[in-house]
Amino acid sequence: MLKKLLSPPTIDWQGKFQQKLKVITHKVLRDYYATPLPLGNTPIGEVEFLAMDFETTGLNPDKDDIISIGTVPFNLQRIFINRAQSWTVRPREKLAEESVIIHGITHTDILDAPDLSAIFEQVLQEMAGKIIVVHCHQIERQFFETALMARINKGIEFPVVDTMALESSIQRQQYGGVWNRLKGTKPQSIRLGSSRHRYGLPAYSPHHALTDAIATAELLQAQIAHHYKATSAIDNFWQ
Amino acid sequence: MEAELNEIRYFLEQYPPFNSLPEEVIAQVSRQVEISYYRKDTPIIHFGDEIHDLYVIRSGEVEVYRRKGELYNRLDTGNLFGQMGLLTNNKVRFPVKAIEDTLVYCIPDDVFQQLYEQHDVFADFVEVADNARLRQAVSNSNNQNDLTTSKVRTLLTREAATIDKNESIQNAAVMMARDNVSSLLVIDPTVLEDEDDNSPLMGIITDRDLCTRVLAEGIDPSCDVGSVVTTEVISLDHNAYVYEAMLIMLRYNVHHLPIFKGSNPIGIIEATDIVRYESQSSLLIVSSIFQQQSLEELALIASQVKDSFVRLVHEDANSHMVGSAMSVIGRSFKQRILELAEEKYGPPPVPYCFLALGSMGRDEQLVVTDQDNAIILDETFNKALHDDYFANLAKFVCDGLNQCGYTYCTGDIMATNPTWRMTRKEWEACFADWIDDPNPKALLNASIFFDLDGVYGKLKWAEQLNGFIVRRARKNNRFLACLARNALNRTPPLGFFKDFVMEKDGRHNNSINLKSRGTAPLADLIRVHALAVGSRARNSFERLDDIIDASILPKGRAQDLRDAMEFISMVRIRHQALDVEEGIEADNNIEPENLSDFERRNLKDAFQILSNGQNFLKFRYQANNQFK
Repeated sequence: MLKKLLSPPTIDWQGKFQQKLKVITHKVLRDYYATPLPLGNTPIGEVEFLAMDFETTGLNPDKDDIISIGTVPFNLQRIFINRAQSWTVRPREKLAEESVIIHGITHTDILDAPDLSAIFEQVLQEMAGKIIVVHCHQIERQFFETALMARINKGIEFPVVDTMALESSIQRQQYGGVWNRLKGTKPQSIRLGSSRHRYGLPAYSPHHALTDAIATAELLQAQIAHHYKATSAIDNFWQ
Repeated sequence: MEAELNEIRYFLEQYPPFNSLPEEVIAQVSRQVEISYYRKDTPIIHFGDEIHDLYVIRSGEVEVYRRKGELYNRLDTGNLFGQMGLLTNNKVRFPVKAIEDTLVYCIPDDVFQQLYEQHDVFADFVEVADNARLRQAVSNSNNQNDLTTSKVRTLLTREAATIDKNESIQNAAVMMARDNVSSLLVIDPTVLEDEDDNSPLMGIITDRDLCTRVLAEGIDPSCDVGSVVTTEVISLDHNAYVYEAMLIMLRYNVHHLPIFKGSNPIGIIEATDIVRYESQSSLLIVSSIFQQQSLEELALIASQVKDSFVRLVHEDANSHMVGSAMSVIGRSFKQRILELAEEKYGPPPVPYCFLALGSMGRDEQLVVTDQDNAIILDETFNKALHDDYFANLAKFVCDGLNQCGYTYCTGDIMATNPTWRMTRKEWEACFADWIDDPNPKALLNASIFFDLDGVYGKLKWAEQLNGFIVRRARKNNRFLACLARNALNRTPPLGFFKDFVMEKDGRHNNSINLKSRGTAPLADLIRVHALAVGSRARNSFERLDDIIDASILPKGRAQDLRDAMEFISMVRIRHQALDVEEGIEADNNIEPENLSDFERRNLKDAFQILSNGQNFLKFRYQANNQFK
């Protein structure tokens, strides 16, 4: 209970979306904010999620840009691969050699790819009405925000369940506290691959947007199965 | 934009049945899956629930249960479940639980049905009945086998050459030389064919007969050919298979086999005709066994037996052929050693019959085998006068067999044991006692006596004793119940999991003895049914033929037993052949890591059939029941 009081108040995403509708005029964004979200007290077992992952040219949202996006809708029972989507987009800046090595996306792939402005409507349609699930929300949030600002001069806000934040709090509960510090037990890595390994999930080759989105969806299913109840309200998880 | 799903595609490509599907089909399937995670110890599908997906295990482990909660199977990465429900009425028949954290790929029903209809490899793999899959596995391997699928008539190139019995021996030789044949059928034109099996065919004469019976004996070539003819003709029906011809030649050590269509000879096949089909090794070994003059020489020949075994396996012989060929070779060793024994100790003081028991009696001998034998003595046998002779003879034979690789019987069921040298009456009394007053303990080691075959001497006595046993056992419920109970002592395992043999209680073992856990309990089970129907056959496959004819088993069960016997035997045989080739001591133990996926799956099915068969045996043969 104490923990609950000390933790930041849950965000009223319903109210936030209503506010946005009053001030936003951009058609695509209006459509996005107009789609109703599940209420904060909806059990997570009934929520429709969208796992999402961006691959970017680097880690600085101001300098770097998105090069691919993968999304896959899911709930706690199933991950719907037949509705998975992925897009490759052309970044504003030239692609650096080192990120080619990481993503396996080459200059020629990018050359034929559209600009984000041509496809962000499709991405928002996928996101509409669903709770976004990412591993490390800062990347997706900041990059999407900056990328849209650069193109339509408007940012975007969306409710997120962050499997990395979730894993971090699970690790704190299991390994935090004085006792564990005395024993020398330390929280373990909360990176996607290491977290998955703890739940018996298979190793996937990283840095592919759709594969990482699927990997994130699987991780959330595993985290909930091990540490939470399907009846807990979604507002305990979103941020 | 079409999503790239390499992780799923590359995964499916590695495992059957997907690994046999075209690339584009796998890509299409991988776009249709749904993924689901199950924490350790949570149920995945419940009995009776609706099922609309085929489940592929991506990672983790699950257990499959029967309706009553009995463990049915344990599966891990790459294995499938749910196919039975999808192929029947979309109801879960075998509930499944995750026993480790498990990630599954769910392939929707419509995709499954499409794969099932369009791809035979897929349909074959997920086929409902285990026994159907096993039958298919057995028949697929048979199809590739020339020896078992070719009929002897395909070997005939010309009509049988015949000669009148009143022609001269000289003319017979002229005819052979002119027609370039090595044998002639001898006809007696005065005999007409009638219903009493009389036939104008009098016998056969071969080029070897001209040497041994004419030249060597100094007989005048102008004599009638009828005077030197072999009248006991070993022949074969034209519908017989090539391997049967081979086995008959081996068994009777003849090189010419007249082939009959009805009562008419339509040709003669020679050993050389078969050599094209079968490496001559087993034929040659048998004839060379009879040319050896000492135990030492025989022991040298024995080292070639394993090579000939390996060659037979490579030629896709089935288990009946391998078993028969090895038994014939074993029998030949025995016969030759007995001849040598009689040379050493002189002719027997009273007539006797030397018996083979157990696997040799059943024509199911392989390369790893011990000797089980016994002697039937004439009624005039007088212990004080004659026992020394037979003790010496038995010791010579058993020692000789041991030298030739047929190790001593650990249960001391050998002719060297005075208990197993009895007169005909004593043997009958012994069997009568076993049958009329059965007790499981006494019968425990006696079952191999019910697979007896004469090898040397008065072969007819073995046949008569066998007839006595069959008549006596057939209607004796208490005896059959007792034998049935003993047949349940050795049970098969449940199947395999990773590199372990999985037992019914979930325990794991590192290896399995395919004889004691597979073929031996199957032979035990088949023997009970065979005795119940009064079959005089000893070979398990031939016994099954009689069991099928008597239709005492529910439809299809005997055929299932045959498939199970064939499959387990062949795995055992193939692995022994591999051991021989690698120069290691062949045994009956198999380590699961050396089994192919195909073998694992089908062995599991075969074990299941054995297990079902044992349950049926328990139910059918109860001491107080009347059998119908």
